[in-house]
Amino acid sequence: MKKPFPIMPTLIALMSALYFLVPLYATFLFSLKMTRGEYSFASYRSVLNSSIFIDTITFSTIASLCAIVIGTVIIVPTAYWVRLKLPHIRPVIEFISLLPLVVPPVVLVFGYIRVFGSNSWLPLAGSDQGTNLLLVFGYVVMSMPYMFRAVDNGMSVIDIKTLTEAAESLGASRIRTIAFVIFPNVRGAIMSGAFLTFSISLGEFVLASLLNRPAFGPYLVQLGQDRAYEPAALAIMAFAFTWACMALMQLFAVKKPGSRWFPRLSIKLYKKVEA
Amino acid sequence: MSFNATMPYEAVQTGHTTPPKKNLVKLDLKWLGVVPFFLFAAMFLIGPVLYLITGAFQNTDGDFTFANIAALGSDNIVASFLLSIKLSFVSAFIGALSGLLLGCAVILGGLPKWVRHAFMTFSGVASNFAGVPLAFAFIATLGRLGLVTILMRDLFGINIYNDLGFTLFSFFGLALAYLYFQLPLMFLMITPALDGLKAEWREAAETLGATRRQYWQLVALPVLMPSILGCFLLLFANAFGTLATIYALTGSSFDVVPIVLFQQIRGNVLYNPNLGYAVALGMVIIMGISNTLYLTLRARAERWQK
Repeated sequence: MKKPFPIMPTLIALMSALYFLVPLYATFLFSLKMTRGEYSFASYRSVLNSSIFIDTITFSTIASLCAIVIGTVIIVPTAYWVRLKLPHIRPVIEFISLLPLVVPPVVLVFGYIRVFGSNSWLPLAGSDQGTNLLLVFGYVVMSMPYMFRAVDNGMSVIDIKTLTEAAESLGASRIRTIAFVIFPNVRGAIMSGAFLTFSISLGEFVLASLLNRPAFGPYLVQLGQDRAYEPAALAIMAFAFTWACMALMQLFAVKKPGSRWFPRLSIKLYKKVEA
Repeated sequence: MSFNATMPYEAVQTGHTTPPKKNLVKLDLKWLGVVPFFLFAAMFLIGPVLYLITGAFQNTDGDFTFANIAALGSDNIVASFLLSIKLSFVSAFIGALSGLLLGCAVILGGLPKWVRHAFMTFSGVASNFAGVPLAFAFIATLGRLGLVTILMRDLFGINIYNDLGFTLFSFFGLALAYLYFQLPLMFLMITPALDGLKAEWREAAETLGATRRQYWQLVALPVLMPSILGCFLLLFANAFGTLATIYALTGSSFDVVPIVLFQQIRGNVLYNPNLGYAVALGMVIIMGISNTLYLTLRARAERWQK
């Protein structure tokens, strides 16, 4: 029996594609209209030349990178240790790492402001540096579900028990084992979690705004109120940025430790040598 | 997997010959490895949330009271919660339905492989494209001067704002914008379930004389139902916690719960800090219920995906 042409599926796929692509196309076109009567990249130039843009995106980039580093330092040893020595408390760790999905950012930051306010036992929110730290910790918490999942998946595909025993029999200390044996083996998983963290925290608005930080998210909102064409340009850039983050995340998630970056290319080369 | 993971531990437990005193010390040291994680979680996740929760049951002097919880019943707060729930429900419903349709079309509809690949890749990006930039994209598309708005006016002579009463900054406008990340999220999450529908089931049903409709009604849908409901709840929670998109689109004029809380933190608009805690508690409870149900349903759904 020959299959008939799938009319309905094609129609649904086309409609969805239209819904996905029209806003992108419209935003792109809109972003080109800044100078009257012609299409130009003036809005992009205007954004990239603005010093507030540079300042805020630098701030947010640093904050995101700090969050990635701190998150990695907390989560990788924990995931390793739990798998190796305390498998029975795994559900607890997993539960805690999923909690941020239940706590919306607005609630989390509300708690921060009250607990770490200027007249509390640990007045982090009282100083600029302390507030920066709170922002970074907030990002660590928000990315914890994804980071933990990525790292834990990464550890499930390597044999950490054997690796640890091998390292120990060669005389490596605990910390050395984690830093030089386990870490490199889950690098791909960490990077995959890191890019997701990056895409979440770079344009994050709620925490940054309520903690009063000069970050990229609040700048975006302000720009949206003041300007017409620059926001469209930024939306396009943000989409491209998200795409890049997701592509890199995928790349690192799929790549196994020690495998080549471009498998197909290497197979071809191999065949040539064989012939 | 949990069987394998617990094996070595039990082996250690039963095979241990060292005196119990030494064993105790060893156990203590073992726990040391997870202290940083627990400390961090206690200080920057559980502590602050617990603080809000206890605050919800205290008055400004710190005495125990149910007054804040009772005050959640006041008209404006009930209205906020209802609006939030309604918006999340509608956007999750539309998202789940359209995501399911797209999933069925792309995965089961006999379309070429590259279509599936393209939608998967795009969905991975779009489901993470939320917040302020998404709001900007929709303003450029369906705002008063948006491309589609202008196109409708110039081509068909319809002003969607004046003639149809549409505005992006309303309930349905927001639901339409949310769909941009809800639809791809649903599509991504329902795909494994659709892949799990085995061809044998369909063949078996057809051999037994089932019609297409009977197959869906009696076999496919019951198997898919836990997945669909679970994904719906996740979409619901996803929309319920969304603040940035709504804030960038409507400022603070659209009183959903996150916006009320945002305003409260900014300037104590509820004139009672402890009432703010109660609102936060309400949010956490709703998010908690939908996420717990989601995880339960997911566990149920995974039975079929082995």
